[in-house]
Amino acid sequence: MLKCQKCDRQATFHITDLIDGKPKELHLCEDCAQKFLAPSADDSSEVMPAMAGLLAQHLAVGETADQLARLDQRRCPICSITYLEFRKQGRLGCPNDYEFFTQELEPLLMNIHDQTHHIGKVPKRCPQGADQQTQLIRLRREMKEAIASENYERASQLRDEIRQIEAESRG
Amino acid sequence: MELSELANASGEWLRGSGPESDIVISSRIRLARNLADFPFLSRANESDLAAIEQQIQKAVDSLKADGRLQETTMFIDVGGLPRLDRQFLVERQLISRELAESNGSRAVVIDPAEKFSLMVNEEDHLRLQVMQSGLNLREGWEQMNRLDDMIEEHVTYAFSDRLGYLTACPTNVGTGIRVSVMLHLPALVITRQIEKVFKSLQKINLAVRGLYGEGSQAMGDFYQISNQITLGLTEEELITKVGDIVPVLIDYERQARGFLIRESHETLHDRVSRAFGILRTAQTISSEETMHLLSSVRMGVNLGLIPDLTIPTINKLFIHSQPAHLQKITGELMDKTDRDIERASYLRRHLNGTESNGGPTRN
Repeated sequence: MLKCQKCDRQATFHITDLIDGKPKELHLCEDCAQKFLAPSADDSSEVMPAMAGLLAQHLAVGETADQLARLDQRRCPICSITYLEFRKQGRLGCPNDYEFFTQELEPLLMNIHDQTHHIGKVPKRCPQGADQQTQLIRLRREMKEAIASENYERASQLRDEIRQIEAESRG
Repeated sequence: MELSELANASGEWLRGSGPESDIVISSRIRLARNLADFPFLSRANESDLAAIEQQIQKAVDSLKADGRLQETTMFIDVGGLPRLDRQFLVERQLISRELAESNGSRAVVIDPAEKFSLMVNEEDHLRLQVMQSGLNLREGWEQMNRLDDMIEEHVTYAFSDRLGYLTACPTNVGTGIRVSVMLHLPALVITRQIEKVFKSLQKINLAVRGLYGEGSQAMGDFYQISNQITLGLTEEELITKVGDIVPVLIDYERQARGFLIRESHETLHDRVSRAFGILRTAQTISSEETMHLLSSVRMGVNLGLIPDLTIPTINKLFIHSQPAHLQKITGELMDKTDRDIERASYLRRHLNGTESNGGPTRN
C-alpha cells in the first residue's frame, strides 16, 4: 500500500505536478488531494479548478503511480502534445487527440457530460478524408521542425507532400 | 461600415422588442468549430493562425459575393486593433475578453445589424454567435444553423461520428453549442432569493454567470443562464433545456416584483425615483454606479413608476455609458476622471431630453 505523502492514510490519488518545469510525483489520500487541488489565492497553475478536480477524480480509479506516469508521457504523433501537457492546460492540441487519448478521455467525458456519444448535428460535408486532414497537421509540424534544424532538403520534400494533399482535398 | 459608425448605433438585440423583454434582455447561441487540417489553438503557431484566418476570410468574401452575407458584413483584424477598439467590441458583446487580450492573427466577422458575430482564433478556430432580443431561442437556432451550414460549404470542420464536433476543450465537444439567455433580475436580488435560484439551476446542470461572462460579478442585476453539457443531447434538446427554465425564472422575478409593490410600495418607488434623480443630475459618475442605478430605473419603467422613458433607451444607456463606448462616441481618449464627468453629462442629456438641462460642465 502506498501511503499518502501528507498523512498516513492510503494514497488513492497519484498526481504529477510540474515544479520548476520538472514533473514531480505526488501520492495523496482523497482528503489531502482535494486540499492540494483546491484553488488557493496564490495558485498560479493554469488548470481550471473544475477540470483539475475532474482529472484527479478519474485518474484515481485504480491507476497506479507507474501507470499514471506512463500515461502522462504518451505523446500524440500528430500534434506532439503529451497527456501531461493536456492535464496541465485543460486544452487538447489537435482533433486526433480525441482518438489517440480515447481511453483516457472517456471517463472524463462521462464526468462532464454524463454521455460519451454525439447525437446532434452532422456536417453536410463529412470530412471523408479525415486521415488526410490530420496528416496535414503532422506534415506541417514536421516541416517547421525541419526548417528549424536547417534540414532544407527534408523540408522541401514535406512541402511537396503537403501541397499534394491540399490539392487533392480541394479537387 | 466602420467601427465608429457602430459606436453610435445599437444592435438589434438591444432594441428591447423581443418576447418577455421586460425581463429577458437577449437570447444568444454560440457554436464552437475547428478546421480539420490545423492543430487547436494551444498547438498552433503564427503561420497556422494566419492560414486559418485567411480561410475564414475567403469563405466570408465568397458568401458576400454570392449575396448570402450582406455586403456590409465587417471582417475585422482584432490583432491589429488598438486597445480601445478591442474594449469597445467586448462591451458590445461582439467578442470575448479572451479574444480581446490575445495578439497575432485574431479576427471577428460582424453582421451590420449585430445579429451575429464570428470570432476567429479564440479558444477554438471559430466561435459563431447569434443574438436575439428577448426570449427567442428558436429563431436564434434557425439563423445559427444556416450560418453554420454556409461556412461549412467553404471549410472542413473537425468532426468525429462518435464525438461530434471536436473542440479544444472537452467541455465543449459534441454539439459545441452554448445556449444562453440574459435576464434582468433586480427584484430577486432585492428580496435575497437569487442565491436560492442559482443553487437550483446548478442542480440541473445549468450555469449562471454575471454580465460580461466568466467569473465576473453580476453588474446591474444581469444574469446569464446557459447549458453546461454539450455532448449526448441534440441541439434542440439543449435549447429546450435552457428555454424551459426561463419562463420559470421570469415568473419568480414577476412574483418578487409584485411582492415589493404590494408590501413596500413606498420604499420601492423611493428607490427607483432616487436612482433616476441621481442619473439625471450627477456631475460625475462611475460606470459601476451607473449600472447599479440604471438597473433600478429599468425595473421602475417596467412597473410604471417612471413615465416617459422606454426600455430600448435604457438598454442603450447600459452599453453606451461604458468606458470604451463613451470614448468612441465622443471621439476622444479620456482618463477615468474625465470619463466619469463625460458619462454624467451623457446621462443628463439622454434622460432629461435636452442638453440645456444641466449641460456639460467642462469648458
